[in-house]
Amino acid sequence: MGVMRRLLIAGAAATVGLAGAAQAETPKYGGTLNFVVGGNAPSFDGHQESTFAVIHPMAPFYSLLIKVNPENPSDPTAFVCDVCVGDVPKATDGGTTYTFPIVKNAKFHDGEALDAHDVAASLNHVMFPPEGVLSVRRAMYEMVESVKATDDYTVVIKLKYATAAFVPALANPYNWIYSASKLEADPNWYKTNIVGSGAFKLGEVQAGASFTGTKFDDYHVEGLPYLDGFKAIIAPKQSLRVQAIRGGRADIEFRSFPPKSRDDLIGALGAEQVNVQESTWNCNLSVSLNHNFPAFKDPRVRKALTLAIDRWGGSKYLSQIAIMKTVGGLIYPGHPWARSDEELEKIPGYWRDVEKSREEARRLLKEAGYENLSFDLVNRNVDQPYKIAGTWLIGEWKKIGVKASQRAVPTGEWFRSYRETKNYEAAVTATCQSIVNPILDLANNLSIDRSPQNYRDYINRDLDAVYDKAAKATTDEEAGQYMRDFEKGILDDNAHYMIVLWWHRLIPHRSYVKGWKVSPSHYLGQTLVDVWLDK
Amino acid sequence: MTTVTNIEPARLPDKKTISTIVWRWCKRQPFGAVCGLILVGIILVAMFADVVSPYDPELNDFANMLTAPGSEFLLGTDQFGRDVLSRVIYGAQTALFIGFTAAFFGSFIGLVLGVTSAYLGGWFDLILQRVMDVFMAFPSIIIALAIVATFGSSTEIVILAITIPMIPNCARVVRSSALQIREIPYVDAARSLGFGHVRIVMRHMVPNVMAPYLIMFTSFLGQAILAEASLSYLGLGVQEPTPAWGLMLQGGAEEYAESAIWIAIFPGLAITLAVFAFNIFGDAVRDTLDPRLRSQ
Repeated sequence: MGVMRRLLIAGAAATVGLAGAAQAETPKYGGTLNFVVGGNAPSFDGHQESTFAVIHPMAPFYSLLIKVNPENPSDPTAFVCDVCVGDVPKATDGGTTYTFPIVKNAKFHDGEALDAHDVAASLNHVMFPPEGVLSVRRAMYEMVESVKATDDYTVVIKLKYATAAFVPALANPYNWIYSASKLEADPNWYKTNIVGSGAFKLGEVQAGASFTGTKFDDYHVEGLPYLDGFKAIIAPKQSLRVQAIRGGRADIEFRSFPPKSRDDLIGALGAEQVNVQESTWNCNLSVSLNHNFPAFKDPRVRKALTLAIDRWGGSKYLSQIAIMKTVGGLIYPGHPWARSDEELEKIPGYWRDVEKSREEARRLLKEAGYENLSFDLVNRNVDQPYKIAGTWLIGEWKKIGVKASQRAVPTGEWFRSYRETKNYEAAVTATCQSIVNPILDLANNLSIDRSPQNYRDYINRDLDAVYDKAAKATTDEEAGQYMRDFEKGILDDNAHYMIVLWWHRLIPHRSYVKGWKVSPSHYLGQTLVDVWLDK
Repeated sequence: MTTVTNIEPARLPDKKTISTIVWRWCKRQPFGAVCGLILVGIILVAMFADVVSPYDPELNDFANMLTAPGSEFLLGTDQFGRDVLSRVIYGAQTALFIGFTAAFFGSFIGLVLGVTSAYLGGWFDLILQRVMDVFMAFPSIIIALAIVATFGSSTEIVILAITIPMIPNCARVVRSSALQIREIPYVDAARSLGFGHVRIVMRHMVPNVMAPYLIMFTSFLGQAILAEASLSYLGLGVQEPTPAWGLMLQGGAEEYAESAIWIAIFPGLAITLAVFAFNIFGDAVRDTLDPRLRSQ
């Protein structure tokens, strides 16, 4: 185990320890939590979106069937019921059937009762989306055979095969429970409307400016939430978000700040006024090369571009100015299946000798006939870490004679360009997952006809077969070996995908914000049910 | 007997060389002259950026990130370790290229439309001026933002976005001058001699509205540089890592405003200096070319 990895795990453990200490305090009721969000939501439908700009302001409006344990959101194996009753049920029928009893006191904010039909309709909307509805996480549910409400308060989920990956997939924080009747009337209704059954009901939405929520008195968990309400303030510029916390207009930002901003806040407000929670992050910054662009059909060109990047050097310096830090492959760097630093160094693009790496890149480009390659790099118009990474990458590619022109566009257009219209040559992308589970997390590298999140647009049946073996493996060791083979096939042999660096989560917040605990994902634990203000 | 009489030769007026004209103008417009010199300096720096710039403006050099101004980096470095002086120098290229191109096309198209509108009059004039009214009803930056948001943010689109709001302004000013010229007898004479519309407009009217045209052109230069900087600052202009003054004011400049103030100060100064110089120089040109102001 590398030193870096040990440090990461120690850091995560320290965070959990701090969280445990905070838990001892008695929560207080009342107050409004103000938080800043660094992006605009492309739509309101969590089933179709995969950005913090959706989940941070809107997760408090919705319930889930099951969720990560709020007491320990860093644990990828601990789950609790939200609208189901009791503990998360164990599988029956050889691990292929899950039966969920549903609570009887849950209501939507418009007064409609929530029952098993709503749960089943919502999960079907995610797992088997109707025509014309995008479900970006559909590939995570390949093991699911059916989801049915057997009566008003029972949901039965049948799997095609037993797999430990199912429960973490089900606990995905985007699997919001919608109203079955509304989905039936219009499967895209939730793209432009917000009516959930979460702890907070919608106050108002000011497009591009803010979302407000007020305490839902009929919330199905007695005694919660603690807050009277919240206000999510949209502020794409990081400097504004830092100033908002510094000036008291916001209490917290749930995504992450770079080390410099943390230091500025502590310097300005004093260590007593600021708490810092830190964690490794199940998010990586990547480059997606559109395999339909003529130059990128050639694996030699794709490999040359990854060889040009000095990841080890970049990590050292970029971690000072950006929220990126950890060098890693496709598998989350803290996971037991992940490659060690020594193993990574054997993969092109991870070599320690960057000059040798760039020499090989130039050779491959020459061999492929693309010595003067130029392309358009679509990027998200968000500084952290996208534009910083984009600017750095262009400099790295310039060193092998490749000219990339950056085109930073708003979040909605950025998503559309590589997800829907495919009108891009190369794009700075990010893969952020919620609960750490390599089998689920890497599903977006399956062939395009199996995974809508394969934005590179390739088909590779050999690799699909390796993935399938991993998903159906009966032992952890066997699954891990297949996933490592899959990783090598993606990063090395075919250079289908380019991981740049993994992110590092750093949340400095006002010390009176209590009950919120950092996790390896900025998607987890955002319902604000347990958050309270010690004012 | 021959009588020789000394006859004083008649004194010819001083020969007006370009240098004499320039010198006299400098004496009459000292502020304008100083600003003209500044502009010449900026133009020369932009033209010879690859000679005067100490470093590659796009070269990431993390070993020197956020270095304060000193002997190695005169204006310091930004968060990528890039030399701020080199980026300011190359930023002049971006500013002047976009500024001159937008100002030229904006004022030229405005000139043609303004003179044509005044000359033809009637329905053409009426409709064209109402179209101009529509454009002039919106602030220039709003039109520019709308264009860039719709069509993207390439350099060509940025130039177009800055050019379009300039056209009605120039056309309106030029038209008012051209309306007076249209009534002068030589235009009627040209018409009665059977000259075509294009010849009358280009040969007889356009040269007579050059004064307001030049005034508009010089004032547009400053406006165009400011507009380009504004769009870049908003992330809608040229993109990183291209050196551009407005772009240098966002991102790192905001993030490190307190700890590395030089990242924001120097591109800000460059914008101020260039816009100030273009505006004062434009005023001086106007004072010289406008007969009413000249008599004062």
